Amino acid sequence: MNTIRLARAPLYAIIVSILLTTVVLTTTNADPVAAFTVLFSGALTTPSRLADMIMLASPLLLCAAGLSISFAAGQYNLGIEGQMTVGGVAAMAVLRLYTEGDSVVLLWLGAMCVGTVAGACWAGIVAILKQYARVSEIFVGLGLNFVALGISLYMVFGPWKRPGVASMSGTEPLADSLWLPVLGNTRATVVTPLIAIGVLALVWWFLRATQWGLEVRASGLSQAASQRLGVPAIRRTIQAMLVCGGAAGIAGALQVLGVYHALVPNLASGIGFMGLLVALLINADIRFVAPLVVLFAVLTSGSIQLPLSLSIDSSVSGVFQGFLVLAMIVARALLARKERG
Amino acid sequence: MKQQMDNGLKTRVLILVVALLSLFISACGAQPSAPADETTAPVESTVAPEAPAEAPAEPTSAPAADEKFVFGMVLVGPINDGGWSQAHFDAAKYVEANTPNSEFVYVDKVNPADRPNIKVEQVVDELVAKGAKLVITNSDDFKDGTREAAKAHPEVTFIHISGDDVLTGKAPANLGNEMGRMEYGKMIAGCAAALQSADGKIAFVGPLINDETRRLADSAYLGAKYCWTKVRGADAAALKFNVTWIGFWFNIPGVTLDPTKVVNDAFTEGYDVIISGIDTPEAIVEAGKAKAAGKNVYAVPYDFKDACAKGEAACLGVPYFNWVPNYTKLIADVKGGTWKQDWIWSSPDWSDMNNIETSTIGFAKGAALTPENATKLDGFIAELAGGLNLWTGPINLQDGTVYLADGVVADDKQVWYMPQLLEGMEGQSASK
Repeated sequence: MNTIRLARAPLYAIIVSILLTTVVLTTTNADPVAAFTVLFSGALTTPSRLADMIMLASPLLLCAAGLSISFAAGQYNLGIEGQMTVGGVAAMAVLRLYTEGDSVVLLWLGAMCVGTVAGACWAGIVAILKQYARVSEIFVGLGLNFVALGISLYMVFGPWKRPGVASMSGTEPLADSLWLPVLGNTRATVVTPLIAIGVLALVWWFLRATQWGLEVRASGLSQAASQRLGVPAIRRTIQAMLVCGGAAGIAGALQVLGVYHALVPNLASGIGFMGLLVALLINADIRFVAPLVVLFAVLTSGSIQLPLSLSIDSSVSGVFQGFLVLAMIVARALLARKERG
Repeated sequence: MKQQMDNGLKTRVLILVVALLSLFISACGAQPSAPADETTAPVESTVAPEAPAEAPAEPTSAPAADEKFVFGMVLVGPINDGGWSQAHFDAAKYVEANTPNSEFVYVDKVNPADRPNIKVEQVVDELVAKGAKLVITNSDDFKDGTREAAKAHPEVTFIHISGDDVLTGKAPANLGNEMGRMEYGKMIAGCAAALQSADGKIAFVGPLINDETRRLADSAYLGAKYCWTKVRGADAAALKFNVTWIGFWFNIPGVTLDPTKVVNDAFTEGYDVIISGIDTPEAIVEAGKAKAAGKNVYAVPYDFKDACAKGEAACLGVPYFNWVPNYTKLIADVKGGTWKQDWIWSSPDWSDMNNIETSTIGFAKGAALTPENATKLDGFIAELAGGLNLWTGPINLQDGTVYLADGVVADDKQVWYMPQLLEGMEGQSASK
């Protein structure tokens, strides 16, 4: 496909989705200009809003970066929410070992490592069932999402419940010293975005500049052909899933450490699925991951101002994001058809 | 090549559909089963105050001297849920209308299902940015978030409804707690149930198990037992009081028990009065249907003044929250600089429980309560007003241990931190 022509797809998609959302907004007598202003810039107006946006973008970036690898390997990892959740549960298990005086940094590292491994293992189940039992990774992944949610609900309401009172708001908050340090008066931690960017850079490098990445991409194009040509395609596919699960797992651990400071029942809360939308939108092209992630985070984070300043329900943000993905896929299909003449 | 591309595209569209569907399911899964009127106007459900319309009222006043007082609220449910959140919203709107130069700002549906990835602290930041000098949060789930927000905005006064941070000493100086003594409302509910039940089989549909829900279920039982034995003169052993916990404040398919099914099962098992302890109106809706189908069954809904409307023919009455007196005082105190940190547990105004200006707890009698029973119920309310305290020993806990020895009266903390159901009640005291 012609790259220059393809590059037009996002432009068309954005125009179309803005138009469609405008239609939705005007039918409800809302002012579209004001609404879009808030949506696109609301999250950037104060340091604290910017910080909240970054804290949403970071786990999203981790998921989207991970998904770039699993997509490259031709795997649709819809189990990413579950992988994030078990990462958080596992991290919490480590953090609960804390007693006054322990090395906090060691616990942070431990929690992140264990969270990563747990997420990778959860994805490993999917990958192995796919490769050796021919069960679709889509359905195993979705099924395991429910299992992971069940586990986290069970922990929050069972063994790890607050003294006397089980609460939907999660377990008793971690000791203050265990919270990741924040920047100034905001809720943004330093570590989270750094890790997210680091993982993105690693993924980029591995996918684009190593033999391993080439083999993963080859497996994604055709596993059978790659295998026959001597590429360990099955192993690469499984490894790609493990990496994606690991990225989701560390995202889950970071949500516990830096955002919720507790295990909450719905830890993943749609971030994994949003990562999937991002990946679909950009055809899992690693170059566009970061800007798209920021766009989605800005839209989601800014949406909370809609009901307050404009009397518009904040779900408009989700409507726009949905239109964007759909328009993108349609635009790409139309351009591809035109290309083929 | 073409074939392959089409396939790739098809798969991608399929994935997209599945992903969107999953998002949709995960978003809707945890939503309260919305009352019919809620779904018709989703966009209007977060109507912000019409500030510009009210602003020009006093165009000549000096801005500094007569500054507008802005108060904000973070609500867990939709403002028209016909229950807990609507009671808060209606009260705030009432107080706004009756307090000159005040403005009410709010964000509703702050819960992980409706607004994933939005934290209480974030919402509070927005309210404060709108100028709020007082912020009220209305869910037990906001306990940690409210505390953090209060630390971050020491110049703003915070009230966490239903919380106990002041009691536990965790609250910063600008954070207070308020709650209404719904225990009385539940006692009256229990009494109404016991008066009207044919043979004393009462079912209580509860949310999740915690101190608050235990003490409310226990209160309903104490009220039922009192009216069953003292007013009807029946045998205490013949009273059956069964508690079923569905697992959360509203139905979450696949996670909680389905309240609709729980209610209908109770009817099938011969219970003829359901007392609801959950935030949504299944009990009264189902009782209304069963009544229309010729069954002699009744329900006592919860939380909201007009809850009976969903099943008038089966409604014995509803205990409800009226936050107007609390909010009126709160705003006056904060405005005047006289607010002091406190843990407030407001009683009903016994001279008139249904006075919107004075009574935090009300009880609206339902159409299904017979006139004779209504009179008896008024008698019971008068006794409560006269000082009857049902939290008086001997009372045993469900496992047989003594909760209150003979003649001992429970203090507030003993009631607030209710450890179990009471002896004589059926149902779980703690989640397994």
